[in-house]
Amino acid sequence: MKRFHSGIRYLVLLALVFAALVVSGCADSKKEETKSEAEKAEPQQQAETTTSLTVAMDAIPVSLDPHVQLSGGMLQYSHLVFDPLVRWTQDMEIEPRLAESWEQIDPTTLRFKLRKGVKFHSGNEFTAEDVVYTLERLKKSDDFKGLFEPFEKAVAVDSHTVDLITKKPYGLTLAMSTYIFPLDKKFYEGKDEIVKSGPSFANENESGTGPYVVTKYVPGEQLVLNEYDGYWTERGNVEELVVKAIPNAPARVAALLSKDVDFIMPVPPTDMKRIEETEGLKLTTLPGSRIITLQLNQERRPEFQNQKVRQAIVYAIDNVGIVKKIMKGFGTPAAQQGPKGYAGYLEELQPRYDLEKAKQLMKDAGYENGFECTMIAPNNRYVNDAKIAEAVVSMLSKIGIKVNLKTMPKAQYWDQFDARSADIQMIGWHSDTEDSANFSEFLVMCPSKETGYGQYNSGEYCNPKVDELVIASQSETDMAKRAEMLQEVERLLFEDAAFVPLHWQNLAWASKDNMNTEVIVNTMNFPYFGDLVVE
Amino acid sequence: MFAFIVKRVAQALLVMMIIGFIGFAIKHNFGDPVRDLVGQRVTPEERAEIRERLGLNDPFFVQYGRFLKNAVQGDLGRSFFFKKPAMDIIMQKAPATLELVFASACIIVFLSVPLGIFCAIRPRHWFSRFTMGGSIVGVSMPVFLTAILLIYVFSVELGWLPSYGRGETVTLFGWWKSGLLTADGLEHLIMPSIALSSIMLPLFIRLIRSEMMEVLESEYVKYAWAKGIKPSRVWIVHAFKNTLLPVITVGGVQLGIMVAFTILTETVFNWQGMGAMFIESVERADTSLMVAYLVFVGFIFVLVNTLVDIIYGLINPMVRVAGRK
Repeated sequence: MKRFHSGIRYLVLLALVFAALVVSGCADSKKEETKSEAEKAEPQQQAETTTSLTVAMDAIPVSLDPHVQLSGGMLQYSHLVFDPLVRWTQDMEIEPRLAESWEQIDPTTLRFKLRKGVKFHSGNEFTAEDVVYTLERLKKSDDFKGLFEPFEKAVAVDSHTVDLITKKPYGLTLAMSTYIFPLDKKFYEGKDEIVKSGPSFANENESGTGPYVVTKYVPGEQLVLNEYDGYWTERGNVEELVVKAIPNAPARVAALLSKDVDFIMPVPPTDMKRIEETEGLKLTTLPGSRIITLQLNQERRPEFQNQKVRQAIVYAIDNVGIVKKIMKGFGTPAAQQGPKGYAGYLEELQPRYDLEKAKQLMKDAGYENGFECTMIAPNNRYVNDAKIAEAVVSMLSKIGIKVNLKTMPKAQYWDQFDARSADIQMIGWHSDTEDSANFSEFLVMCPSKETGYGQYNSGEYCNPKVDELVIASQSETDMAKRAEMLQEVERLLFEDAAFVPLHWQNLAWASKDNMNTEVIVNTMNFPYFGDLVVE
Repeated sequence: MFAFIVKRVAQALLVMMIIGFIGFAIKHNFGDPVRDLVGQRVTPEERAEIRERLGLNDPFFVQYGRFLKNAVQGDLGRSFFFKKPAMDIIMQKAPATLELVFASACIIVFLSVPLGIFCAIRPRHWFSRFTMGGSIVGVSMPVFLTAILLIYVFSVELGWLPSYGRGETVTLFGWWKSGLLTADGLEHLIMPSIALSSIMLPLFIRLIRSEMMEVLESEYVKYAWAKGIKPSRVWIVHAFKNTLLPVITVGGVQLGIMVAFTILTETVFNWQGMGAMFIESVERADTSLMVAYLVFVGFIFVLVNTLVDIIYGLINPMVRVAGRK
């Protein structure tokens, strides 16, 4: 009898779950009708000749509103649906997009001549007013207002001329214009609230001037884009672009290997060789600009106040070996913050692994017998982050420093990082401004609530000379002089062993070999899919 | 009878309160949802301001009280990531998971029954030995490994089956996105459902086999043989029918375990269901969606169990008598 009852129980259970779902779902379907325009529009009937490209990424944009988050993903999206005033080329030159030309008319004013005859997806004409509006909105965004703090305002001189005015002379005005993706003022105005965690007009609708129009957006799943008929310039030949989220790295690689998708990013280093060797696929890599570092907390650990101890640690860590063995060559060993091509880069600063010297330095500092300390690192934020941390622990044990390591997922890591909960903390940094000064402003300048500098300086390193140079560089508009200052900063940090530089992560994209992937990628990791040509 | 129902409902409410409380209490250990909403350069002050706006700085019991008040009205909060009510997201993802579980259950039933019966009837046959040996391998291989192997062989090497996602879906009842009605959707379903069934299938084959062998030894089967009934009738009607009851009992328990395994399967195959959604919400520290998922799953189980208990009481008064002791 008992057994029989369990059977009935099981059937009833199944039936009820089903019924509950159908009922609650019906109530739901009404809400669906009021969905955004973007989602309503059915993808156009596909002609036989449609060139469609499916891209698998670890995540798709979190919103259709480009100002809702400052992140790589949102900027990648911005380059698809919007157009910046100017943009970086692969060799870090600035090239015109919506701005045709520009000139510095006084130390605080940069004048842009805008392209004529450009239309937004809504059909509205692109004018200087849209640029003024966009800058105002950027200054309201929680994420972007910090980046645009040096900007006073934008002024429309005539319908296609706009002045960007900064509060003080600012050397990065043009570089920052790569972040100004003009929004359609007439389309957004009045319903343009920036909402991070709720529905808003801008989260679900877009009108940019970019090469693609959003036809379908399912958060966390996929973004379907169709080419914009009225695009203002020559473009690649992809007519339908489908961006899918495949967060699991092996699944992403398998999707490419089985030719279910055409393009994937990021590519896990362990699968690179395999992709390179597969017929019909190709791997494209570029040196990246995200530096991975360790910060040595001088407030928690008196030993780290000793310059010799810090140097000993840098000498003891074989970062060339880490790149070779753990990163499988997928990185560039670093000895300074900014990579080659950045204003502050100094060729002479090279990795300096030397175990004997490290031991000698420990002896000189009076710590021959070493000491014990704690360390934290994330385990899903940077490429191989936890493995790198483990390697560092074993390298430091050779000079007598016993490190108690704790690794954790990024969701928990940053709270621990902010709380300065360990003596050694790992952090990677990519400069939002594609410029050397940004690294110092966040990672090594004296931490201070008033100035806002050193926000991620968990080493509590503080060198007034470094601060002075970085602040002076901000208002220096002579690029040669500015570079000299920033190089001096890198030299000071190197000599002082202010932090432990590990490497710059490389960037990789994998695709089928019938497209010009190598032309559209860049070190910012914003592939210009609008320019992609598929054979 | 009335007293019995009131008691059951009161118990169910208490259980729901506890599930909600536990879900709510642990969410603070999963990190700060604001961190995932903003870029790296947003200052701590600005983050604090956003937390304040979202009401995340309120004392624990104020937040919990607000949560309870809304939950009673069917509102389980709003997903930070999806920017929509959490229930909407769960409803949108549930069909994918249920279809996957359904397909796997079909595979298990249609394969384990004939295989189990065959192995019981012909224990020394080479095929029985092969099946038994194979089932050891199947039961000891983790689901994600099976899944990766399947992808490697059938998608990467042979290129026969798609490696990820649900393929083409059609919308039923205005909201249920079904992959069962298109060829493409079915093709996408093959590997995930095999992977998900790979853990349970060997278990059921072995279970049916051993139960069946036991029944075949029983007196009434011997009597049936003595009566001269033809073998197929003895096996199916007399023996197998009596094997089924314990199998269904175990099946009910295993259903819950299968839902848990969908988390792994969905992640590897990028199947857009509740399991993958839950894992991602943990990674993104999307705490309100996590709590909503826990409460939702808990709610269904509590609701069903309560209803089943009440119906039991109606059907079989012995249950109530037992309860009074």
